[in-house]
Amino acid sequence: MNFDFSDDAKALGEQAKKLFADKAGTAPARKAMASGAPDFDAGLWAEIANLGWTAARVPEAHGGLGMSAEESCQLAEAAGAALAVVPLVSTLLATEALLIAGTEAQQAKYFPGIADGSLIAVPAWNEPGAVTPATVATTASGHTLTGSKAPVPDLPGAHLAIVAAAGPDGPSLWIVDLNDALVEPVETLDLVRRHGRLTLANTPAEPLGDPAAYQAWLDRAAVILAYEAIGTASAAMDMTVEYAKTRIAFGQTIGRYQGVKHKCADMFIKIELARAHALHGVAMIGSDGAELRQAAAAARVASLDALSFTAEETVQLHGGIGFTWESDCQFYYRRARALTASLAARGWWADRLVRALELRNRAAA
Amino acid sequence: MDFNDTPQEAEYRAKARAWLEDNAAEYREPPETAWKLDEFIQRSKAWQAKKFAAGYTGITWPKAFGGQGLGPMQSIIYGQEESRFHAPSGLYSIGLGMCIPTVFTHGSAEIAERYVPKALVGDEVWCQLFSEPSAGSDLAGIRTRAVQDGDEWVIDGQKVWTSFAHASDYGIVVTRTDPSVPKHKGLTMFIVDMKAPGVEVRGIKQMSGGSDFNEVFFTGVRVKDTHRLGDVGNGWKVALTTLMHERLAVGGKPRHAPGYETLMKLARGVEAPVGGPAIEAGDVRQRIAQSYINDQGIKLTQMRALSALSRGQMPGPEQSISKVVVAKTMQEMASFALDLAGGDGFVTGADGDPELAKLQGSYLGAAGLRIAGGTDEILRNIIAERVLGLPGDLRPDKDKPFNAAA
Repeated sequence: MNFDFSDDAKALGEQAKKLFADKAGTAPARKAMASGAPDFDAGLWAEIANLGWTAARVPEAHGGLGMSAEESCQLAEAAGAALAVVPLVSTLLATEALLIAGTEAQQAKYFPGIADGSLIAVPAWNEPGAVTPATVATTASGHTLTGSKAPVPDLPGAHLAIVAAAGPDGPSLWIVDLNDALVEPVETLDLVRRHGRLTLANTPAEPLGDPAAYQAWLDRAAVILAYEAIGTASAAMDMTVEYAKTRIAFGQTIGRYQGVKHKCADMFIKIELARAHALHGVAMIGSDGAELRQAAAAARVASLDALSFTAEETVQLHGGIGFTWESDCQFYYRRARALTASLAARGWWADRLVRALELRNRAAA
Repeated sequence: MDFNDTPQEAEYRAKARAWLEDNAAEYREPPETAWKLDEFIQRSKAWQAKKFAAGYTGITWPKAFGGQGLGPMQSIIYGQEESRFHAPSGLYSIGLGMCIPTVFTHGSAEIAERYVPKALVGDEVWCQLFSEPSAGSDLAGIRTRAVQDGDEWVIDGQKVWTSFAHASDYGIVVTRTDPSVPKHKGLTMFIVDMKAPGVEVRGIKQMSGGSDFNEVFFTGVRVKDTHRLGDVGNGWKVALTTLMHERLAVGGKPRHAPGYETLMKLARGVEAPVGGPAIEAGDVRQRIAQSYINDQGIKLTQMRALSALSRGQMPGPEQSISKVVVAKTMQEMASFALDLAGGDGFVTGADGDPELAKLQGSYLGAAGLRIAGGTDEILRNIIAERVLGLPGDLRPDKDKPFNAAA
């Protein structure tokens, strides 16, 4: 049995963790929060592109490295842990959309720029008033889109949006050149990662695959985002455990109290369960079958549960300081909301999981 | 990435599967009515002897002790294959899983030669005499005493929760041999003959109605010094060998525990309070999803550990979460399933539904599972201390002489 990441993927993950440990983390996050600058960290982005991370999944024929989905997941986890102010995860998600649904011409047109980091493509999924992928209000008419997408992670500074919009056969993905559309910054609870609003009014767009491809993309996106959430949750847990080892109350470190210890153990348990489901998801990417749908939805639900529990208890276990502006706890607490909002809420994914289980039961019957 | 065996593992699995097909055919289905104790013991002994002859016992043990000298993957693979049948193996799980490895690790060569082969072939059944009425999680707090008398020791005291003591020939027992030193330092372990004068076994009826556990009373029970395991006063270290094996053995999901599939099946068949099949109700779907996350999550977690084992690595700390999640999930799922069934979930006996009866059994059994082999609280401590590196609980009695501690 070989239910684990490949050595190559693990090595890339280690490399990413190391770079982010030097260049990202809570101190740069605090700077980003204070600056209010609408853009991401361009210096770090250039470094990431140089290391080939933006090219990870891009096919070699289009200037990429042609790596497996495992590499994307390792990068997403490292980015999530570091709260990195770069559109790396968005880029990885957009890459999956082009891989699944892009025509040869579309791939040839967009992949080289994505691979070298000069073309920033982000998925634009959320829209005001809609909470599920089934109720997309943005509409496609001919090769134009009309509607509004917000909050869109990493939109300010991006060049291309992969937009979910409803056509006659249901919602599917479209490519929008952001030179043709109105992009404005949107304030969110996150404060660190940049978000934007995309306004589309008969805006030119290229179709990117059919509704089935959109559903397949949702599955892959769920797995990658699960790793981002697991990374963020693990970083919050690590910070909390370190704090519990040093903070003294009633004459002993608080990590000695079972009330504290058991919450840390529960963080670990929830994160490990999420890891198991997320790994199942990675293993099934490429199969794109019923098992991926099931594994991806489970990974999404389990990772959100782990993240929200960990983020909330991180503040709690830090005590009074934990909910101050000076404490780093807020970054994880806020990011937990951002990641929950990044691709349909937990309840929708839980329902999608049960639907997948029902389908498999019917198939087995 | 895959769930496949390596070629060597696949070969071993195929061989084991073929052997089981030929030899365990009568156990393909569960027995229609539960075996009485005598029949259970008789069938267990016959099955164990068969396995021994075919080389499927002591798979990971050294060849010198009659084992097969193979790796943990072979043992796990055989276990997976055997679990597709309903053969009676439980009688030996404690003896072969925990007691005998302790015996051959800490006993003399003569002792190993006398006891290990008979245990392997199934002639002799073993139990583990550790817990006491006031020493459960705080195992080193035991009070059963052993006092030296020439080349013998005399044991007096009481043990509790001793599985299969009523069917056992021998046991390993932790005793206090020096109450004047701190509690972990005054313990010594022995092999005890369960048929010896002064040993009295009384069954305990569990909440579920079953009675696999016992109280065991020792009154002036004499044990030869040759039957000591490890040095005098070194019993805690010896006991840790056993406990390490216990945590591995108790981690998994009980064979007939409900899974998320059970919940789904039930939810299709009953009506939701707001009308329509329960499975269409949002809250029910959320609970099913949650059950799947826990139930399947542990299975997948164990596969991660198996992958490490398969590559010759030690599994990581993932394994330590297994029992906490399995036991609590079993309790939550059974409880929710019985909720779904409304009043029917409460009815037992001839008027009850046999499917619901299984869930009732799981509900009652889960309460014990959360305690056996380490409580939820102790296991959370283990995760916090050994995995996350948080400090241990304060133990005011730790350095005090046992007889001076409160």
